[in-house]
Order: sequence, then structure tokens, then C-alpha cells
Amino acid sequence: MKRSLWTLVLPVLVVLAVGLYPLLTQQDVHRETSFTLLRAVALAASLNIILGFTGYVSFGHVVFYGLGGYVAFYLVAEKGWPFWSAVLMGGLAAALLAFLIGAGILRLRGAYFALVTIGVNEAMKAFIYNFQPFGGPVGLTMNFAVYKAYGGPRAVLWMTYHWLFVVTLIVVAVSYWIRVSKFGLGLLSIREDEDAAEVMGVRTSWFKTWAFTLSAFFPGLVGAIFFFRNASIEPHDAFPLHVSIESIVMVMLGGQGTVIGPILGSIGYQWMRVFLLTNRLLKNIQLAVAGGLLLLIVLFIPAGLVGWLRRRFPATRRFLL
Amino acid sequence: MDMGFLFASLIDGLLLGFVFGVAAIGLTLIFGVMEVINLAHGPVIALGMFGLYFAATLLGLHPYAGTVLTAAGGLLLGILIYAIAVHRVIGAPHLSSLLATYSINMMIIGIGTALLTTSPRNIEFTLGSVTLGTATIPVTRIVAALASLLAAVALYLFMQYTRWGKFIRAVTDNRDAAELVGIPSTKVLALSFGLGTMLAAFSGALIATLFPFTILEGGKYELKSFVISVLGGLGNPMGALIGGIIIGLIEGLVPVFLPTTWVLVVEFVLFVLILLIRPTGLFGGRAQ
Repeated sequence: MKRSLWTLVLPVLVVLAVGLYPLLTQQDVHRETSFTLLRAVALAASLNIILGFTGYVSFGHVVFYGLGGYVAFYLVAEKGWPFWSAVLMGGLAAALLAFLIGAGILRLRGAYFALVTIGVNEAMKAFIYNFQPFGGPVGLTMNFAVYKAYGGPRAVLWMTYHWLFVVTLIVVAVSYWIRVSKFGLGLLSIREDEDAAEVMGVRTSWFKTWAFTLSAFFPGLVGAIFFFRNASIEPHDAFPLHVSIESIVMVMLGGQGTVIGPILGSIGYQWMRVFLLTNRLLKNIQLAVAGGLLLLIVLFIPAGLVGWLRRRFPATRRFLL
Repeated sequence: MDMGFLFASLIDGLLLGFVFGVAAIGLTLIFGVMEVINLAHGPVIALGMFGLYFAATLLGLHPYAGTVLTAAGGLLLGILIYAIAVHRVIGAPHLSSLLATYSINMMIIGIGTALLTTSPRNIEFTLGSVTLGTATIPVTRIVAALASLLAAVALYLFMQYTRWGKFIRAVTDNRDAAELVGIPSTKVLALSFGLGTMLAAFSGALIATLFPFTILEGGKYELKSFVISVLGGLGNPMGALIGGIIIGLIEGLVPVFLPTTWVLVVEFVLFVLILLIRPTGLFGGRAQ
């Protein structure tokens, strides 16, 4: 079956729809909603590279987000770097961390890998808590005078939004490129049966490390952008375990290992969150309802929405990748 | 270096280490039997704390009688959780069981924060203190440590000498072979999960006799349990107890030399290092 170009166009269209809407209406509330959605999409799509394609369950995805945030924040607030280069450094710092520890931790599998990623996140959080140059337990705050150079706080809110929009489009494009490339084929083979892949000549440790590094670069960028506009950063906000779990849920909901799945899953999950939070009856137990939904997905539709569609209606495989 | 302070700190850490160890035994037992990491471990510990709280305030029970009642509740809760969330994902990839137990975590925390709020609770309970050299030790801590040791020994005896204990060990070794000789493996798995949560709830109840708590307190003990279980060897209950003692000693030792906030850094760096260098832990656990 020849793969249609829709497999790339559809995910890009979804992101464009979410991203362009506030640019057309120029409304703050739309921008903030889309910012939250795009942030979720970028985190989920990048996690999908190591989790969905390679089959390694990372519970520590948020550590790259937090590290990127801290490095960029430090460079801008304390060292006076320009925004764009600080964001890039944030992404590179996260990628470097992944590259360095990847060789070690990717030797573990299954539950052990999940545990070690939790450990890395908690170790980083505890370390930064004690690391004075990054503000220790109090964290860092941005002097609002810094925003003047970019046209003032309001302009910064729009500028960071544009940046996040571009980053999210890049993540989706990279995700697609990986999926249709030889590299991606190698990752999928690692997911299906790592030992067989190794025997067939796939350099598994090299592939895994690069998948992990790529999956870490984008959350680093996203974290850098987010905390720059947040004007403050502290350990508790930068490394929340539940953001890692939410990213996993979004990937699972949409369909792990697919390109469009994490995107749809993120939007669906965020929409559900808002619905629960604003529903009079359910808002107090929003976490419990989300947990219940997660359980139903895991028990009955573990392939997620896109995975289920592709299985149930084989004709969709031409369009949904 | 103040030797007196060091001694007191170490004793303190050692006693708490027993309690942490029992919590970790619960986690490691479940992993050993069915290769499931119970991410609902923390909330169950917190429910154990509240179980004791309500046993003491609503039922007027003596706290230590309350711990037994709470443990029984923990056993039943575990069997329930197994039936709802874990049974269907036993053979599935690890991600499924991790997320299934995490969903239970979310549900307990969600309902718990709604019903119980996050204001701290405390059980006003003291048995006085004992002075040992430079250390002044609350008697409740000594009792908690002894109770934990007792629970660990009871578990060992159960696993070695009772019929169901042997069933559990059989299913751990080879589930299919156990079924072939007529062992009801599903019931055994449910019981094992229940035992794991029972120990978690019991440790929570003991912690409630020592410190104030909220429903969110379980999280930090869950993370500690991860570290201890891996240190002792995932799947090895006795390893978990000794791992708990080691972590307790570390928690007593580190604050003498570094600010207390470094304790967590040491614990998690140790955690990552053990997983990288010797994933089967100090005493060997379940093979991957």
C-alpha cells in the first residue's frame, strides 16, 4: 500500500489549525489556550520518539524540559544572553544530558528503565534544589527590565508564542521524518524485538542513544521558551513528575508509535482537562476522573485512538501514520 | 565533628529505616511475584496513615490496635486494586501495568484530596522518650521499628512455612508450572498484591504514630521505597528490609556533614548508580 502524503499533511494541518487561530484573532485568551495545546503537543510528540518508536518507557521526560528551562533562564537573567541563543542552549543542554546518560541507562529495559528515568528526574530536582547558581530552593526570577529589549511583556508573550509554534511544527516534521526513514525503521525494530534487531545488524545502542537525544532536545527548547515567559523558575515547577506522566497519557491516548496520534492525544487530553476543571460536578475529583479514563484506555484500548482506527479500518492506514 | 550528634542522628535514622524497609518490602514483593511496579504504593501508604487516624479518632481504638486494623484494610484494598486494574495487564508490556497502577494512584489522590483536603492531620500520641547516651529517642520510634521488624519476620515465616506462602513462591518461580500442579495462580497473585499493599498500609499507620501527615505524604515514601527496593534487589523482601536500614543510616549520616537538603540528592544519585552498575541490587533480585 502506497503511503499517501496525507500522512504528513494531516498532522501538520492540525498543528497549523491550532497555531494559526490566535494569530488570526489576535486575542490573548486564544493565544494562551493554543500555547498550552502546542506545549502539550511538542512534549508528547518528542516523548513519542523514545517511547512510541523505540519502545523505551521514559517517566523522566520532564527533566529535559526543566533543565532546558533552567539553563536558558540562567543565561538570560544572569548572563544577559539574547533569547534565541539561550533557548538553543537550553535545548542543547537537555540533549547533552540525554546523550551522556543515555549510554548508561539505555542498557536497562522495561520497568528498570522506567525507574531509572524517575530517579534521574528526582536526582536533578534535588540537586538543583541545592545548586546556588541556579537559585537553590527559591529559584530564579526575571527582572522585568529584560523584557524591554524585546518590546515589553506583551510583545514577549506573542514572541514566545511564535517561537513555540515553530518548534512544535519542527517536532512534528522531525517525528514524521523519523517514522519514514531507515533510522525510524531501526527504532521500530528495536521496539519489536531488540535482540533480533541487533542480530540483524541494527546498531541498537547507537540508534537508541540518538533517539533519546533527539527526544530530549525539543522539551529543552519548550522549557526554555516556557520559563522565559513565566518570569520565574523554581525546582518544584521545573521538574514535576506528573507532567511526565501526563505526556505518557497523551501519547497513549492518541496512539503511541504513530505520528498523528500524540498530536490528537494531546489536544484531546487538554480539552478533557479543561472540561473537568470547569464542570461543577467533577472539578474536585478531576484527577480521579482522569485516572479512571487512563485505566479504561490501558485496559481496553492500549493502542490509542489512531492505533485502534488503523487496526479496525485498514483503509485508514494510507492516511494515518 | 560532633560525635554526640552523629550518634543521635544515626540511631534516629536506623529506627526510621526499619519502617521505610517494611514499606519497601511491600513494593518489592509485588514486583518479585508479578513483575509489576505498583505506582499506587504512595497513596496506599497515605491511606494507611489515614486508616490509623480514623481508627483512633472515630473508633477510639488504641493506635497500635489501629495499625492491625489498617493492615487488614490494606490487604483487602490490594485485592480490590488487583481485580480492577492489575489482573488484565499481567502479561502485557510493562507500560500497561505502570500506567494501570498509576491510574489507581490518580484516583486515590483525586478522591482523597476532595474528601480529606490537604490540611495536615496528627495523631496525638506519645509514650515518652528514652535517653541513650546523647540520643533522646521517642519510645514510639522504637515501637515502630520493632513492629516493622516483626512484620518482616512474620512475612518470612509465612512465605517459608505456610501453604499459601509456598504457593506464592511457586508462582514467582514459574507461573505456568505452578498452574500445572494445580495452584490457583490468579488467587495467589491477588493475595500477593494484597500482601504488598498490606505492608504499605501498615508502614503508613506506623509513620502516622510518628509524624503529622496529609493524603499527599505518600509520594515521598513511594520514592524512598523505589530507592530501597532497588538497593536491596527488586523482588527480594529481605533485601528490602536491609536496604531500608541502609537508607535510614544514610539519612542519619548525611545531615551531620551536609545540609539536610542533600539527603535526597545522595539517595537518588545512589539509586541511579545502583541501576547502572548493579541493577539486581546488593542482594540480588528478580532477573530482568
